[in-house]
Formats: sequence, structure tokens, C-alpha cells
Amino acid sequence: MGKHVLVIEDEPNIIEAISFILSRDGWAVDTHSNGHDAVDVVRAKAPDLVILDVMLPGKSGYDILSELREDARTHDLPVLMLTARGQTKDRELAERIGASRFMTKPFSNAEVLEALRELVPQ
Amino acid sequence: MQGLRQADLAKKAGISASYLNLIEHNRRRIGGKLLLSLADALGVEPSALTEGAEAALIATLGEARAAGEIAATDSEPPEDFAGRFPGWAELLVRRHRRVLELERIVETLTDRLTHDPHLAAALHEVLSTVTAIRSTAGILADTPELEREWRDRFQRNINEDAKRLAESAQTLVSYLDEGGEEETGLAAPQDELDAFLTDAGFHFEALETGGAGEIDGVLQESERLQSAASRALARQYLQRYAEDAAALPLADTLAALPGTGADPAALARRFGVSVAQAMRRIAALPPARGVPAVGMVSCDASGTLVFRKPVEGFALPRFGAACPKWPLFQALSRPLLPIRRLVQQDMRGRDAFLAYAIAEPVSAPDFGHAPLFQAHMLLVPPGPSDQDRDGIDGLGVNCRICPREGCDGRREPSILTDGF
Repeated sequence: MGKHVLVIEDEPNIIEAISFILSRDGWAVDTHSNGHDAVDVVRAKAPDLVILDVMLPGKSGYDILSELREDARTHDLPVLMLTARGQTKDRELAERIGASRFMTKPFSNAEVLEALRELVPQ
Repeated sequence: MQGLRQADLAKKAGISASYLNLIEHNRRRIGGKLLLSLADALGVEPSALTEGAEAALIATLGEARAAGEIAATDSEPPEDFAGRFPGWAELLVRRHRRVLELERIVETLTDRLTHDPHLAAALHEVLSTVTAIRSTAGILADTPELEREWRDRFQRNINEDAKRLAESAQTLVSYLDEGGEEETGLAAPQDELDAFLTDAGFHFEALETGGAGEIDGVLQESERLQSAASRALARQYLQRYAEDAAALPLADTLAALPGTGADPAALARRFGVSVAQAMRRIAALPPARGVPAVGMVSCDASGTLVFRKPVEGFALPRFGAACPKWPLFQALSRPLLPIRRLVQQDMRGRDAFLAYAIAEPVSAPDFGHAPLFQAHMLLVPPGPSDQDRDGIDGLGVNCRICPREGCDGRREPSILTDGF
């Protein structure tokens, strides 16, 4: 079985497309689509990597990332942040909080795969 | 004001005692509803209290001074200034209020662009949908042996997303359209002129019959021209319109059309006027039988569009510079040379047009002064004989929304093709 990735994103068709690409690339994919309990889900599923959207219902991706970084268990977990806003200050904020990578929508499938392979060598 | 305590009066007028205190010491402006309620509470005519107007003037002068609009080193107290130069003081106060008003609008607009939750949500929606489409389309394109079930599913998703994208894009556009005009009232002078000309259908019957004498009346009747700048632009436009109408009277021009067609050079020769003048005249004709629906644009020597009469089937850029491939700009680089090309914009729903273009000096020749040129382009629906003349020049609206690939005129990447 390949490495385990958790996709936290609220747009169903993006989830479906990303899941498909990642599965075909050999990843074991889990998905989750709201911010409320995202941190609990990360703890429970213990993935090798998280793809995290910034704009989520219930809780923002930034808040979720902060909580993950405060917890020793998820402190070093690779997190790829996705956002629809590509402004420098968003990127800076994501990096300050501890995002491993930052990607702006719309991205290409190849970009996502490349970023994942860099973050978690297979 | 005897017999009534300050606190009681304030209560009756619905304001705080300390605010009333400021008013009594001429430190706060009084007017409108507050003036009426105070007068009512005191049982006097409002006019008895309007000495307060002067107090307001002085207070605002003080504010302007504090805001740094008047040199702080000027030691003259606002009271003396207002007393000696009431007219100037009034003007200063009006300017000060206008500055505050404009500052507020700028703040609102800036805030709106950066923090408007509605705008942010709408853009997020658009980008999310685009992401889904891009990713799904990527799968369909890059997975040659995709199982039928997946293929159907992804095609359905793309179809759904495309519909959603169209809806959110429309919502976004209508939101931006509404907001821009209603909330700020800050249309550029050129926009006000455009709206004024569009309302009139680019034709002014009063000037056709009454000439330049009717200009004031036309300007007064218009509700579109809100700013002094737009009225000045409109006046300039109408003066030239009146001159054109005198040189090419309406009835004579209409009578000449069957012979000349919409060829501005032929019309110019017939009336002994410049080609640009003939173009303007054709663009100002009222809709009638035998009068083609034409569009026209003019630009100054910097390439900035200074006049635009739209025509269906040929899009004009609302903001920013136009496509450098337009014959209009070719004319600008070859002054006085008449250019005629068959053109069509490379977008869906665009028609072919016969474009006549020429650049002419804007002022009379003068030794020792290089003439300044303006270029004009008239867009006429082509006749059957025009169709195959020299092939059709493909062109765009402006680079941002132009899908043309490998264009040597491209200034910036297109949002339609780039990144996909």
C-alpha cells in the first residue's frame, strides 16, 4: 500500500478529481470536507501528509494548521495548503504558521503530484 | 433662553448637554433637523438660531486647519478670517467637506477591494470551480485508457462545474456593475460623456436645426453630465458637432449617401471637408432607411481612446488600451494616409466590418510647431463587393481578453488562454 494522504477540501468535484489522481499515483486517499472536526480527523487517521484548503466551512485552514502545529503528534506532519488567493501576505501567513508547501488555485494535476512527491518521498 | 435649564433644553432637543454646550459656544455645526428641534424646544423661529450657521463655518474652518489643509503657521483665528472674507471662507469650507467626502469614498473603495466578503466569496467560488474543471479536464486529457464509468462521471462533473462557473461569473459581473455606479457616484468624465452620447443615440436634432446656439440648452437638459469635467467635454464635443453639421447639412448628407455609400473619403470630396469630419458626420446620422449602422472610435496621439461609438458585432474595450492591430493605430503611425481594411475580431459573435481609418492634425498648421494628430476609425458593415478584397485582418479587443496565439502585438498575457 502506498503512503496515506488526507485531503481536507469542501468542493466535491475537486475532492473527486484529486482523489482520482492521487489513487492512480499510488497513494491511499482519505477525504474530509469540513473544518469543525478536521483536527480530530487528522489525529484519528494519522496520514503521512495532509492537503488542506484554506476556506473551509466551520474553521479556516489557517486555524486548523495552527492547532496541528501546536500538537507534538502532528507538529512535523507535511501539510500542503491550497488557497484561492495568491497574495504574498497569504503565502507569508501560511509559511509563518508552518505550512510545508503553499499552492494557489487553480493548480495543475502535475503540480500537485510533484509537490506531494517532494514532501513525502515514496 | 431664560427659564429653561441647559440640561432640560438638551433633553427636549434629543441631544446631550455637553453637545449642546459645544453648540452654544459655536464649536459644533447646527443645521437641519437639530436646528428645527432646538427652535421648537425653545419656542422660537429657526431663523433666530441661524447665527449658528456662521458658527458652523468657523468650526469647519478650524477643522480644516487642524487637518492641515490651511497652513498651521497662519496665526489668524478662523473667526477673523470668516469675518473678513466670508465668500472665501465659505468656499474653503465647501472644499474641506468635499475632501472629507472623497477620503471616505476612497477608503470605502479600498476597503471594498481588499475586504469585501461578498466579492471574496464570489471570487473564491469562481476559482474553486475553475480548479475543479482544470483538474478534471486534466484527467480526461491525460488518461488515455480511462474506464468508461470514470469518463462519464468526470464529464458530468465538468458539465456541472461549467454551468456553475457561468452563473458565478454572471453574479460577479452584475455585482461589480451595480456597485460601481450606485454606491460611489464616481463615474469618470469620459464615462459620463459616453452615457450622454449613448442616450442621445449620438445624434442631436437641436444642433441640426439650431446650430451652436442650442448647445447650452442641450447641456442643461442632460442628467447624465454630473461633473464640470464631463460638461466641459460634452461642450467641446457639441461645438465640433455643430461645426460638422454646418459643413455637412443633414438633408444634403442623407441625399448624398446613395451615391457615396458610407465611404468617408467620397463624402469628404463631395462636401469639400476633411475625411475625419465626414466620418464623424456619418457616425452622427440618425437611424433611417439607407443609413448603415456604423461604429466609430478616435484616439489621441498617445493611443488613448477619446471617442467611442459602439456598434454591434465589434467590441470596444471599456478600460485600458485597445488592440494595437486596429487600423486606427496603423493610421496614427502613417498620418494623413487613408486606410481601408476588412477586419473581424477573433471572438465568437463578432462580425466583419469595413474599417476606414485616418489620422489628421487636430489644429491648424503653424510654422515652428509640430502638429498633433488624432486618429479616427469608422466601422461600416461591408457590402457584398467588399468581402473578398484583400482578405480579412483578424484582430482583438484588448490583450487581456484576447485568445489570439502568437500575436506580435501582444502586450500582456490573456486571462483566457494563460495558465490552462
